[in-house]
Amino acid sequence: MIKIEDLHKSYVMGSNSLHVLKGIDFNVKEGELVSIMGSSGSGKSTLLNILGMLDEADEGSYVLDGVPIKNLNEKVAAQYRNKFLGFIFQSFNLINYKNAVDNVAMPLYYQGIKRKERMDKAMHYLEKVGLAQWATHLPSELSGGQKQRVAIARALASDPKVLLADEPTGALDTKTSYEVMELIQGINDEGKTILVVTHEPDIAEMTKRIVNLKDGRIIDDTVVKQVIAKSYV
Amino acid sequence: MFDLERWQEIFETLSKNKLQTFLTMVSVFSGVLILIILIGFSTGIQNGVRSEFEQDATNRISIRAGITTKEFKGLNPGRRIQLRNEDFAEINRKYEEDIEYKTGIYNIWGGQTTYGKESGNYRIEGAYPDQQFIENASMVTGRFISQDDMDESRKIVVIGNQVKKDLFKDKDPIGESVKIFGINFKVVGVYTDPGGEREETRLFLPLPTAQKVFFGGDRIRSMAYTVKMSDNFDEAVALSAALSENFETDLKSKYSVSPDDRSAFRVNNTLEEARKIYSLIDTISAVFWFIGLGTIIAGVVGVGNIMLIVVKERTKEIGVRKALGALPSSIVGMILQEAIFITAIAGFSGLFLGVIALNIASPLIDSDFIKFPRVDFATSITIVLIIIFAGALAGYFPARRAAHIKPIEALRDE
Repeated sequence: MIKIEDLHKSYVMGSNSLHVLKGIDFNVKEGELVSIMGSSGSGKSTLLNILGMLDEADEGSYVLDGVPIKNLNEKVAAQYRNKFLGFIFQSFNLINYKNAVDNVAMPLYYQGIKRKERMDKAMHYLEKVGLAQWATHLPSELSGGQKQRVAIARALASDPKVLLADEPTGALDTKTSYEVMELIQGINDEGKTILVVTHEPDIAEMTKRIVNLKDGRIIDDTVVKQVIAKSYV
Repeated sequence: MFDLERWQEIFETLSKNKLQTFLTMVSVFSGVLILIILIGFSTGIQNGVRSEFEQDATNRISIRAGITTKEFKGLNPGRRIQLRNEDFAEINRKYEEDIEYKTGIYNIWGGQTTYGKESGNYRIEGAYPDQQFIENASMVTGRFISQDDMDESRKIVVIGNQVKKDLFKDKDPIGESVKIFGINFKVVGVYTDPGGEREETRLFLPLPTAQKVFFGGDRIRSMAYTVKMSDNFDEAVALSAALSENFETDLKSKYSVSPDDRSAFRVNNTLEEARKIYSLIDTISAVFWFIGLGTIIAGVVGVGNIMLIVVKERTKEIGVRKALGALPSSIVGMILQEAIFITAIAGFSGLFLGVIALNIASPLIDSDFIKFPRVDFATSITIVLIIIFAGALAGYFPARRAAHIKPIEALRDE
């Protein structure tokens, strides 16, 4: 599903150049649930941004579902993001003046799907995350866990190839974190490929494979036995 | 543009920034309102001045004689110059080709006029039949002075509408006799003049009659002409100016007046004056447009400013939208539409209220120089286009900035 070879990325800051990714080789097969770990500055966010086509690598190749991701202009990048990827953020990034179902329907709006169909689909995914009865509530009326679940529903709405989650539990307490991970595991069980960036070992253990980054290099890549989040909840 | 979804979003974001939106709309609104009122008044001034000129034909040249102020060829200053019939005839002959209408005038101020028990003091003018056109007078009833009246020195009179109202009330004056200084004249016509009451308190007699009856001999007080108009206004002005100068030069040499004596003859060239006034009006209306557009620009800068703030505040949201697959063009469209919407609503309200205000004010304004201030349809359309263009301009830069927002930067959590 994801194929990365010899990926390099540097940021130029004034006269200094910061070499963040120093040759990453990394493959993800369909249906995997991978966590990317590392301390801050290890380059994990940069890697996720490149995977998310929010940023572009200086060197190396990136192939997503057989499509080479290279030299994208903003328009094509936006279309690819919409078609291939679903994002889950640490701070949820819901649009705060839109209610839950409208938030979920956002990616569908940008796909040009008609309103009625959009709403049907959005409701379907809200049900899936267990928030159907909260459909008309604004984000400010939801708890952190609920917000993240709305965000997950939104990420799923466009039926992407890959879900990219950047510290999805970073702003949540332990119990809620496990609830969210349970949901993520459930989605993965249905066959969706998911990448989770996290620095919490307990969250990482709930994935099927842990990739450790340090100073811009992968130092460790192991398949682990998945801890089922449900057992904690 | 007709995407319901878009409009919903616009209303949502606007209602989020109520105060800012409101203040911005006020600035655009007042800009347009001021522009409309200024343009209305500049139209009003144009109308006013035009009607001032309509009192008489605009291509009129009048000549009056006065007192010399300069010594010339051994003649002392302070000499009174008297125009006579033959002067008038000479000019007529010499410039026949360029002259349209002509009249010599012998007038008496405060001519006591009575009809039955009613009486009043009016200006009595002995004139030619052409006087009607030179004065821009039109007949209410009856006729003006005819050539036959002139040839036979008939004792007839054409009275102004105001004179008719004063002396005859509702009675038909045609065929009645009025007494001027005790002498009977038969009323043959009533005229009206765009100059209004002041111009309608006069009585016109045939010139020879006036000269005979009021002991004028062959003396005339003044002469008035109109120049043949060509289609080109500038040419007409030039001809009028040349003609006035020629009249003056001829008369000065005939009466041995110093060429630089400015008070011996007063030649009044209406067309030249009209040109000056009209160019003044053009300047005034240009200044008004300038001020009005300036205020609109101020308003538009306000809109641009608020849109920048909106974009800034929504950086994160725009980043999210882009991450979710919003195309840059849809972001630009959203911001542009919002800006145009704000300017258009505010602008149209200003336009609407301005037009209403002018309609209310119009009848209340009683000044010779401001008449019927209003904004015509073409101008309104122009203003509407300006508003839409301004809105687009106000939205463009913030929209461009929004389109350039990088989702990665917008979504950074710290």
